[in-house]
Amino acid sequence: MTAVISVPEELNEKTFEAVIEQVGAQPADAALLVDARHTTFGTPFAITSLLCLAQSRSVKPAFAIPETHSTATYWARAGFFHFAEDLFELHGKPPSLRSRTDSDVWLPITSIARSEDVHSVVERIQDRAEAILENELKADPRMIGRFAMTLSESCQNIVEHAGRGGWVMVQSYTWRPLGRRVVQIAVADAGVGFRESLAPTHARRFGDRWSDGRALEEAVVKGQSRFTDPGRGQGFAGIKRFLSQWEGKIAVRSGTARIAIVPTWDSDVPLREGLSSFPGAQVLIVIPGRNA
Amino acid sequence: MPMTPTDMVHIDVGAILQSALRGTRSDLVTRATGRTVRDRIEERMASGQRGAVAVIDFSRVGLLDFSCADEIVATLMRRCCAGMSSEHYLLFDGITDAHLDAIEHVLQHHRLALVVRFTDLGGHRLVGMVDESERVVWEAVARGQRVTATEVAAETGLSEEDAVIHLLALHRRRLVMRDGPVFRAPLGAIA
Repeated sequence: MTAVISVPEELNEKTFEAVIEQVGAQPADAALLVDARHTTFGTPFAITSLLCLAQSRSVKPAFAIPETHSTATYWARAGFFHFAEDLFELHGKPPSLRSRTDSDVWLPITSIARSEDVHSVVERIQDRAEAILENELKADPRMIGRFAMTLSESCQNIVEHAGRGGWVMVQSYTWRPLGRRVVQIAVADAGVGFRESLAPTHARRFGDRWSDGRALEEAVVKGQSRFTDPGRGQGFAGIKRFLSQWEGKIAVRSGTARIAIVPTWDSDVPLREGLSSFPGAQVLIVIPGRNA
Repeated sequence: MPMTPTDMVHIDVGAILQSALRGTRSDLVTRATGRTVRDRIEERMASGQRGAVAVIDFSRVGLLDFSCADEIVATLMRRCCAGMSSEHYLLFDGITDAHLDAIEHVLQHHRLALVVRFTDLGGHRLVGMVDESERVVWEAVARGQRVTATEVAAETGLSEEDAVIHLLALHRRRLVMRDGPVFRAPLGAIA
């Protein structure tokens, strides 16, 4: 019997938890139909996480595509169906595109598995970032390099730690609670996750207290790495440094926990534990534009 | 004993990057790339004599991320300080403000300092973790080219004993070169 997973109308990092809870209630080998017919909006974090969901299942799930044409078209422009075609049995026909360009999609969903993929992403984003960062977000020109570095370090998390490929997407949109344009970077994988990645070098110190939440604190807050090399772990430290300059936000979900460095404009919870389990790690970075 | 002429090895990091990735990439990103590029830099450095100045030229490098800054800049400097690559000195050339973001971050992490020459400003500078007295002494050495502790003390107003302490500390950190009582900065030019 196929279990139907209802995708919320507005799919973002908060509402995606409802999807995870529904999937978590099913056996690992259950047949799933991920029903996004009534979904009208999806953030980069949420739609890259949908790909992780499919990647993590032993039985290829079915996926009912959004019925709203503009939503399906946007997901197509974002590159979702390009990967979803392999990972899901699609129910419904994705819209064919005359043009793959979308001014809000800075970087469509892009597969990251090797160091070379990170090079390509960094090169592509710099081409687009210059004009948009300056014109749309009123950003300092120095931000362009820092933005590309943030993206590079986020993607490397997959190459170095996930143990399997993942995806990255970058998009700008108006963040309603803030009333400002923001850029969102989403980097998602269905790999081993932080707890398992850090366990060989860190778990012993914590004994029974070693958990997804503890692993996220070690990596994201304390800059610890699974490697013993003293230079490791600087990626997150560098990202946080830049984000603090921009009043940006980072949140990382891994396993059953989620950690966030919360700027003053946001009301997110710094650490949540005991969530439904979801494989790998999903990173969300939000950079708000300056007021004009 | 007279100081021998400096052996200088010029290392074009941009050229190494392109050759390593068999393409036209100019951004130094990812730890894997950093490791590959550093290995090749160290091969080139090994061809220099003991006491050589390796001019690590970043002028054809676009973006430098934290991982590459750590893998290349910090690791080379750490190994130089530890004497793992014999007695070598490093001058990081063609550095821009964009590179400096990542470089300063990793230097702070490892408590290191470097001698750099900026593309825009032209001059040499110490960046990273140095205290004010060390900086004053280093600048006196850089200005004087070949100086003794007595000369540094006279120029900086420090006691000769303090000048010696700072000069030896800078030498241990491979920020000045030493030949007996004479010190000079690794500026990449033959004095």
